[in-house]
Amino acid sequence: MRTPQHVVGGGLAVLFLSPLVWAAVASVSPQAGTAQTSGWGLGNYQTLANYQAGIGQYLLNSTVVSVLTVLFTLGVSLLGGYAFAMFRFPGRNLLFLVTLAILMVPYATLLIPLYVLLNDLGLQNSLVGLALVLTMFQLPFAVFMMRISFEAVPKELGESALVDGCGSFRALLHIMLPAVRPGLITVGLFAFLAAWNDFITPLVLISDSDRVPLPLAVANMRQQVMGIVDYGATEAGVVTLALPCILLFLALQRHYVRGFMSGALKG
Amino acid sequence: MASPVSTLEQQRSSPAVPMRGSKRRRRPRLTGWAYAAPTALFVLIFFVVPVVLVARMSVSDWGLFTGDRGWNAPENYQDVMDDRLLWPAVWFTIKYTVVTTVILLGLALALALLVQESSRWTGILRSSFLVPSALGLASASLLFYALYSPQSSPLGFLGIDSFLGTPSSALWSTVALIVWRFAGFYMLLLLVGLQSISGDVYEAARLDGASRLQTFRHITLPLLKPSLALCAILCVTGSLLAFDQFYILTKGGPDNSTITIVQLVYNMAFYGQNNLGRAAALSILILAALLVVNLLQFRGLRGRED
Repeated sequence: MRTPQHVVGGGLAVLFLSPLVWAAVASVSPQAGTAQTSGWGLGNYQTLANYQAGIGQYLLNSTVVSVLTVLFTLGVSLLGGYAFAMFRFPGRNLLFLVTLAILMVPYATLLIPLYVLLNDLGLQNSLVGLALVLTMFQLPFAVFMMRISFEAVPKELGESALVDGCGSFRALLHIMLPAVRPGLITVGLFAFLAAWNDFITPLVLISDSDRVPLPLAVANMRQQVMGIVDYGATEAGVVTLALPCILLFLALQRHYVRGFMSGALKG
Repeated sequence: MASPVSTLEQQRSSPAVPMRGSKRRRRPRLTGWAYAAPTALFVLIFFVVPVVLVARMSVSDWGLFTGDRGWNAPENYQDVMDDRLLWPAVWFTIKYTVVTTVILLGLALALALLVQESSRWTGILRSSFLVPSALGLASASLLFYALYSPQSSPLGFLGIDSFLGTPSSALWSTVALIVWRFAGFYMLLLLVGLQSISGDVYEAARLDGASRLQTFRHITLPLLKPSLALCAILCVTGSLLAFDQFYILTKGGPDNSTITIVQLVYNMAFYGQNNLGRAAALSILILAALLVVNLLQFRGLRGRED
């Protein structure tokens, strides 16, 4: 690599990182036009913490939805991927195609009927209902990923487990599970990020303002006092939202990149 | 599609496995279904049923608070076509999609070429470009909302008095946000494509005395076309369905100039009109349009690979 490339690359990297750095700095700096006018510190986070039901409630909502979505997605796609990779059953190809077809249907098209459906199922305003919907949107990627993972396991391993007389479920649990762990981590990571960051689904499905997840709460908070926007508190919200994602990204970068690559196939 | 014979069925025919009656023989099919059942249930309840339901709603008089009040076809479709915001929204969405796709893919390609070699230094650069894509689109939009605010903006030195206040500045400000958020993601997809090009081809070009520009035009670009096409499909589909960024940054303003199609669906259903039937009709039209776009793109993709 030559010097001009170093300069251009370095400059671009600074450009890409600067909004994040600015958000972090702005979240602890005094804000003009708000109650907090002097001194650096956690004042913006306090404003955020005191918003309506309290940030604790919204964090809890987000955490519940994200954890449930991850658990549902992992459970369903582990079993589904195992079924598609290891068994032959009637309707197998059709079911797989319909699962992938979820990708072809725009989000907005499904949210209107899902709103009606969740009302009928008594799941309106419910974090469980929200997690179920988010899980469905994860399934094409998750089931596809787990199917590949199971198919990549050496045939002898799966077969020997079954021949030894242990049932297919014990084979899955004790022999296959460790082998498909990387796939599970990727699926779990993507399900978490999708659920944690989702905006439009709770916007449509959750009407009780105390039950909304954090992104929606921060967006609602912007214009709380007579149309005056508290930018400092908004940035505090952004940092709170972004921190877990960036930490997860840095910790699991390898899986993240691999997930994107297999995700690319889903176009 | 030829289904690979499952490992279990291979076992059936191998003498090493004891057969215990016909009941045992049927088990693999049932076992397969047992494992697939949760997937099937999810897909049926939360995907197949809603798809049928949205078609049904699109021909019904169905209010947000009143529920189903019977068949009214083709009134919803007519109302959608007569909506005064429909064509502005369609036009804006297309304009936004074209602008975003061209800029995003151009920048992503430049980034991918810049960090193509693997070294410690390019590793750091790749991570820097990728970090924004770890953020949620809503979080990124909120970040830029504050970044663009007249009170708190550190961007004063750019001399722009209003980032979101005029129709064209609102468009470009949103494009800047999207480029920041997604450039690393598409860079990564293009890097995969670049790495799949064999080194021998470049070696041969160098021996033939090709310049860097010639190599890029006649080797890299043609061989990268499948990856570029994939990025284009993802970017076009994503942009046509844009919502979060406009909902948060502009709420469709100023003067309804940044209303996208999905925002229009949302407005029809939950904001102002409260008409789920009409929103369903527009949803069906979007679905049909997107299927056509995807079909054309896949055809184009295949044509270029031949």
